[in-house]
This record gives sequence, structure tokens and C-alpha cells, in this order.
Amino acid sequence: MEALWLSMKLAACVAAILLVIGMPVAYWLAYTNWRGKFLLESLVALPLVLPPTVLGFYALVAMGPRGPLGKLWIALFGHGLAFTFGGLILASVLYSFPFAVQPLVASFEGVDRRLLDASAVLGAGGLRTFCRVILPLSLPGVVTAAVLSFAHTLGEFGVVLMVGGNLAGVTRTVSIDIYDRVQSLEYGEANRMALLLLAISFAVLSLVYAVNRRVWTPWPAK
Amino acid sequence: MAGEVNATMLIARIRKERRGAGASSFVLDVRIEVSPGITILFGPSGAGKSTLLDCVAGLARPDEGRIVAGGDVLFDSARGINLPAPKRRTAYVFQTLALFPHLSGEENVSYGLMHLGEEERQERVEAILKAFRVEKLRKQRPGEISGGEKQRIALARSLVTEPRVLLLDEPLTGLDAELKAAIVDDLRAWNAAKGIPILYVTHSREEVDALGERVIALDNGRVASAGAPMDVLDAPRRKKLAQAAGFENLLGATVLDLREADGVMRVRLGESACEIEVPLGYATSGNRVQVAVRAGDILLATKWPHGLSARNVMEGRIVSLEQRGTMAIARVDCGVAFVVHVTPGAVRALELSAGHRVWLVLKTHSCHLVE
Repeated sequence: MEALWLSMKLAACVAAILLVIGMPVAYWLAYTNWRGKFLLESLVALPLVLPPTVLGFYALVAMGPRGPLGKLWIALFGHGLAFTFGGLILASVLYSFPFAVQPLVASFEGVDRRLLDASAVLGAGGLRTFCRVILPLSLPGVVTAAVLSFAHTLGEFGVVLMVGGNLAGVTRTVSIDIYDRVQSLEYGEANRMALLLLAISFAVLSLVYAVNRRVWTPWPAK
Repeated sequence: MAGEVNATMLIARIRKERRGAGASSFVLDVRIEVSPGITILFGPSGAGKSTLLDCVAGLARPDEGRIVAGGDVLFDSARGINLPAPKRRTAYVFQTLALFPHLSGEENVSYGLMHLGEEERQERVEAILKAFRVEKLRKQRPGEISGGEKQRIALARSLVTEPRVLLLDEPLTGLDAELKAAIVDDLRAWNAAKGIPILYVTHSREEVDALGERVIALDNGRVASAGAPMDVLDAPRRKKLAQAAGFENLLGATVLDLREADGVMRVRLGESACEIEVPLGYATSGNRVQVAVRAGDILLATKWPHGLSARNVMEGRIVSLEQRGTMAIARVDCGVAFVVHVTPGAVRALELSAGHRVWLVLKTHSCHLVE
């Protein structure tokens, strides 16, 4: 149960951080006319195709005591980043980045441009237009982004193993825990955890699809 | 600038090129002056009407030019001035209206008043909701109200900010004439006190007739003509404009002779034997001209008509007869093809049908010369 709690905590932190970072990135991707935009799009989508171990490996190298990130961390906080909860969050943020950014971009792009023009003509600057028009109209996308990055982080294995290792209560997440139990032939325990994860994932995805099909929406249908 | 120029006028000189592959590139190059009151911006689609409005509102950037409204410079390429859209105080009602779907009528209207205190904001919102008769819709979202009501809310939302100029991009399309007239009356009443220039874009000839005090006709990125509706539209100088203005018949003709004392000239239509009399134009005999005639201006007779003041009578045969709504469209071959509009009642009374021999009657002044 400790492992599940840890996974939940990790997933919640990652989802929250991703919403904060993802919004400006998605806003820029949705509205820029820059020709090189495809480069950033590819970069954002990279974790989708990269084996988690590759991402985890580079994250580990960067966070290690000789890596740039590791050195910075040690200078700031006096301890390393690898094999800590903080390191796990950082690697997971990278790994789940596209799951937050892509739904946000899609929903920002879906907002009628003329609404943004109307807002500008009525005297609203970029930030106000974002808060009062884009964000409320992109709510399903925001929910999707949060839920998907949460669910994706909850189930990750490779990156966690590379960066976090397997320290009980610090970096042993639920998927590592399941792997551990299978290794030591505790099939009953493994099954209990696996089933729980399956149920949570299903519930979370149902929520995403319901929001996008407008089965449930925060405001009445048009 | 001369002293008599009204400080509330909108004066814009705009040049904007839109580069595209081949035929899709387009140059808007206009100079317009809009005095307080409604001025119609008229022209076929693709003439550059919306681009012009976008430039004035600050949503598109001209390559070159100068835009002055209410005595303030909004854009001046020579001096590097380009006020961003939120600072221009231009009101703009889009064709789609662009009401915020997640906000109520009242929230939509007060959207542009966030810089004001609560009390003044309430006051202004109340006044404008009343002026446009939409007090009852304050709690409704745009999805819950009718088309005409949406248009009223959109007007109220734009005008509550006390703009320097109002831009309307075909805002009343899809409304019936009566509803349209009621909304325009409220708009005029509101503007009687404010006196701002209103630029009203339309490609509908009917709207020009109903609203127009002044018309600017735009064609292919240029001002084709400007002035009173009668002058601009009834003497079309450009072919596309003529078609947009509802001249169904556009015929090539050769000038035969001029009768300057009578103010008329005779022309031969196309390669046919048809000769008609048209108003005198800048032409000499042998010149090619275009003659535009509205299908509704042509009389149709089943017997040789006589004792008429109309100077042009042509014999022909009905090629086809097609009922469209409350109107029948006859195509008549007189050597050249004419489109004639008649009422269903006339079709019945004259027992018209395809193959029928008929005479077309055309008044000289129903024939318009096109440049």
C-alpha cells in the first residue's frame, strides 16, 4: 500500500507541474506562426516513441553527481538528485510531457479565432484573453491533460527504475512493487496491486472520454 | 489637414498585399473617409471588405498606410505607429458575431468594461441592454437565444465600450427584413446621440437600399466608386460590381451612332441584329461597350406592343421558364440571350411556356453602361 500511495503522490505532483509548464508551451505551440514550430513539436512528442529506458538513462546521467543537473542540485540543496523522490518527479515530468501538452494544444487550437479577435477588440490583452476565453473553453482539454499525465505517470516503470531505483517509501512505486513481488513469486499480492492499477487506469480513461464526448461537462450544452 | 474635417471621422489609407500562389495573391489598396452615420462598404466576396475592417481594428497589419479615427492615429507606417487592437477602441461585430459561448448575455456585454468600477459598469450595461431591448436576456447564454437576439447582444457588447468607430461585417445576414429594420432602427437611435462613423459591410443589394446613406463600392481591392447608393449602384462602372448589384443581363455591344441632342445612342447587341437605344456614354461609334440590364426591369409581352414610351422592343422566343419561389425566371432568345423576371401571376395570365413567341420591352434608362 505504501507503494500505491507513493505512486499517487508522484502522479499528482507530476500532473500539477505539467499543467503549469504545459500551458505556456501549449499556448505558444497553438498560436505561433514560426516556421520551425515542427522542431519543438517533435521534441515534445519524443517521449512517446523513445524507450523509457533511454529517457531514464539520460535523465540518470544528467542527475548523477557528475551530470550538470546533479551538480546544480548538490550546490543548491547539498544532496544528489538521482534515487530521490525529487529526481523521480523531474524524470516523470519529462516522460509524461506530451500527454499534457498535446491535449492542451489541440483544445487551444479548437477555440474559434474570432473569439480571440473579439476579446482583443474589446480591449483585453493576451493574459486576460487566455484566462477568460481560451482556458474556460478548453476545460475538457485541461481535464484530459491532467488526467492523462496522472495516469501515465501512475503506470510508468522503466524511467522510475533507471532514475529512482527501488527504495521503499522513496522511489518504489506501484509498478516496481508489482515487478518485485512477481520476482519473489508473491503472485497473490502482485495480482491485488495489478488489479487495483487496472481499475484506476480504466476509471481515469473513462473520465477522459466522458469529458471529451460531453457526457459530462462543466457547463450546459450549447 | 483642413479645418472642416470632422474630428470623429474615420480616415484610412491602406495598402496590404496578400501573397499566395498564382491567382490567390491579392492587393488591397484603398483610401476611404467615413463620416459619422452609416456608410455601406459594398462589393462582391473577395473584394477585400473584411481585410479592410481587420486592418482598421488592428487584427491585420497593413503593409503601408495611415489610419486615423476620432482624431487619433491608430496606424501610420511612415511614423512607425501601430496601436495594438486592444488599445484602438474600435468596435467590431463579426459575421459570426463571436459571442463568448460560456458567458451569459450580461457577461458578454460587460466583457469590455473590466477597467471600470463595479457601479459604472453596471450602469453602462443596464443602459445598453435597454437601448437594444435585450434586458431579458442578461442571464441567458448565446446558445439559448435566437439569431436576432444574438445580433442585438453582439451590438450591445461592442457599443458599450464607447468606441471611436463601429465596424460591422455582414452582421444581419440571415435575418428577415422586418427584424433587420428593427435592429437598424435601434442602432440609428443609439448613434443619434454618439455620432460615430459606422462602416457596414454587405454584399446584399437589398441592404444597401434599406440602409444606405453613403456607399463605398469595393472591387478587387480598390474603391470602385463612392457616393449615394443611387449613383454608385445604378451606374455600375465595373462588370463584377454590376453582377453583384443584381444586373443579371450583361451584354457586349457596339456603338452605332450618337444622338447627343436626345442624350442617347444606338448600340448593336453582340453579333445579333438587335439594336437598342441606351443613355449617352463616353463613346464614339464603333466602340465596344457593356450594357447592364436588371432582369426585373424588362417587360415581357405576348403581342407586338405599341403606344409605349419605351424605345426598345425586341422580338424573341422563350427558351426556358423556371419557377423559383415567388418569381419566374424566363430565358429569352432575341438573337442575344436575356434573363427576364416575371411574377407567377403573369406566367398564368399570359399562359407563358417555353417556345412561346414574345416581345421584350426595355426603357432606355433601364440600360446601364458599364465601363
